[in-house]
Amino acid sequence: MIDGEGLTVARGGVTVFEDVSLSVDEGEFVALVGPNGAGKTTLLQVINGVLTPESGTVEVDGRPVTDCSARERGRLVATVPQDTHVGFDFSVADIVAMGRTPYHTRFGRTDREADQRSVRRALDRTDTARFADRPVDEVSGGERQRVLLARALAQDTPALVLDEPTASLDVNHQVETLSLVSDLAASGKAAVAAIHDLDLAARFCDRIVLLADGRVLAEGAPDEVLDATSLGAAFDADAAVTTHPTTGTPSVTALGEPRDRDLTVHVVGTGRTAGRVLTRLHDAGATVTVGPLPEGDFAAETARARNLETVTAPPFGTLDSAVRDRVCTLRDEADVLVAADPPAADGIATLLDARLPVVAVDGTSGADAEASGRTPAVRPQQTTRVVSPGDVLGAVVTVAPERELPADD
Amino acid sequence: MHTGVRTVWWSVGLSVLLVGVVLASATIGPVAIDAVTVAKAALNAVAIPVGVSVTVESAGAFGASVPVPVPDVSYYYPLSLSVPTTAETIVRQVRLPRIVLAAVVGFSLSAAGAVMQGFFRNPMADPSIIGVSSGAAVGAVATIAFPLAIPFGLQTAAFVGALAAAFGVYAIASEGGRTPVATLLLAGVAVQTLLGAAVSYMLLQAGQSLREAVYWLMGQLSGSSWAEVEVTLPLALLAFAVLYAYTRDLNVLLLGEADAHTLGIEVERTKRILLAVASVITAAAVSVAGVIGFVGLIVPHVMRLLVGPDHRILLPTSALAGGAFLVAADTVARAGPAEVPVGIVTAALGAPFFLYLLRNREVHAL
Repeated sequence: MIDGEGLTVARGGVTVFEDVSLSVDEGEFVALVGPNGAGKTTLLQVINGVLTPESGTVEVDGRPVTDCSARERGRLVATVPQDTHVGFDFSVADIVAMGRTPYHTRFGRTDREADQRSVRRALDRTDTARFADRPVDEVSGGERQRVLLARALAQDTPALVLDEPTASLDVNHQVETLSLVSDLAASGKAAVAAIHDLDLAARFCDRIVLLADGRVLAEGAPDEVLDATSLGAAFDADAAVTTHPTTGTPSVTALGEPRDRDLTVHVVGTGRTAGRVLTRLHDAGATVTVGPLPEGDFAAETARARNLETVTAPPFGTLDSAVRDRVCTLRDEADVLVAADPPAADGIATLLDARLPVVAVDGTSGADAEASGRTPAVRPQQTTRVVSPGDVLGAVVTVAPERELPADD
Repeated sequence: MHTGVRTVWWSVGLSVLLVGVVLASATIGPVAIDAVTVAKAALNAVAIPVGVSVTVESAGAFGASVPVPVPDVSYYYPLSLSVPTTAETIVRQVRLPRIVLAAVVGFSLSAAGAVMQGFFRNPMADPSIIGVSSGAAVGAVATIAFPLAIPFGLQTAAFVGALAAAFGVYAIASEGGRTPVATLLLAGVAVQTLLGAAVSYMLLQAGQSLREAVYWLMGQLSGSSWAEVEVTLPLALLAFAVLYAYTRDLNVLLLGEADAHTLGIEVERTKRILLAVASVITAAAVSVAGVIGFVGLIVPHVMRLLVGPDHRILLPTSALAGGAFLVAADTVARAGPAEVPVGIVTAALGAPFFLYLLRNREVHAL
């Protein structure tokens, strides 16, 4: 439906992107993601014909957008702009009716009935009919976004372009807007949207196109495109990709730029407690190693997502000597050892019996954990006990020998 | 109510107001003439153009003789009601030309002002924002101050100066087929300042004709004749028709140029046409009446408060209200013991009213 081929755009002598191709099929909702300045908006403006590319062609429904009249273009591609502020007290219905502009000729007769039908349908579809008579600047930001979506629908185009449709909306309206667009696409339109929120993009879009450094870095289904490596390359930042527990779609957490770390912490632990400890320490910029822990454990997932050095072992039974040696090496390289719900394997107690300071985190209640013997109190005199993973950073910094965590630079 | 129906009702109402103001104005003057006589004389003055013949006259410029085609319009006067001759002469030959010209000028300036405010999406935009008035002032003041240097009529010089300034600003602000509105606005301000300097310098050198030049700069309609109406009225109606054909596009342009583009408007072409037509009628109005401030700024604002931002209704109502307003203001200007330039009256009435609107925060975006 939308076919952009070999698009190159330069602005002010600087190439924004080169030889980029993008196609969106009928019934498909494609998200355009990428860092600021990657050219997402520019690419959308090429698709809707606001900008003419240096080279390349855009066709919608088999007709070239790049060289047809503005009126024809207005019947092919409708755009929902990023800035939804209107600034004049046109009524909502007036604004939606402006979507019919491409069907009006200056002196000829206009098909008023078709206009009214389209406007009515657009108002109903976007649930804006309720406030059709109110001034557009008196409705809320979320409602105004829907009004502009209604205006785009009134254009009756096969293609729909949205520039950051959720940028100024609260969580609820973001979800509402995107599911509406997703429905519209499913009913036969080709929709493409620039979206900042990667989680939302993964959740609502059929396909994701990752634009960075002036080219398409990755393209495909959300779980193919959203992985730590390609996101790291695109955004110049460490990112963790996990599966969202509720929606089951990929979820991305940006971790900031990779840092130089001069504090090393080894974590022995499992489950959510250890996972949160890892997150906390890694976010603060420490080098974190972890193990032993069972494959598939929550903490193991966290460690994998963040590319932490991890030693895995079967969930039960005795640790074999290779695993043990590996863990001991990591432990001895560390400045602080953290025990956070350690696995119930034989020999764990020995691993925790180290010369370095120990911080024990009891995710449940500290007293219960001690009673159940899950966190063995080896060398109690050099063990600091904290109750919540949130406190682990402070404890580690306190006990770390003559080193400090790097400042947040 | 449907926009079309509202437009008709408002236009009819304001047209009645305009006619009423015109007739009331014609009763006022050194010689008191009653309303019935004025109405009869005015009806007698209703003319239907029936034919145009073109005669070629030669105009001398710089020692050369250039043939200039001059259109000569013949009229048919359908009515001849019995009116005292003196009264009829005063109304038809003295008062009505001036009143009708005031209406045409107010109509033109307000229509152009409504278009410019929408076009620039700026509440301070007025018809002269791209230097039309300043250009006209340079032409007019040059003619007044140095009558020998410029062998054309004052009005021609003002008209040419106005269009030259507007075109100059447009050319400066355009690059690669695009004319960003912000650049246009700034270029307009800069050019107005420059031309203002030129006018100031010429005023210093004007000597005996200083008073005449200052009068022109303040805007005045005294000494108007039907000849000026014959040129400006058809131009104003024609330009209005073109602008009216673009009111839908102007509405969409209010949403921003990128939006207008995606809604199927040929943005740059539309901008060029609107700018050219609005500048031409402003130039025509300014060249016959001088720089009359505030009409093109205030009237569209007031009408926007009354009828809303939709140009399909805003443009005709602004134009009609502007005509009525300027007729009324000019009546005040000439009714006193000593006539004052109408520009002083419009500014003196308009500015406080504008401040009142501002203080009441009724003028937000436009």
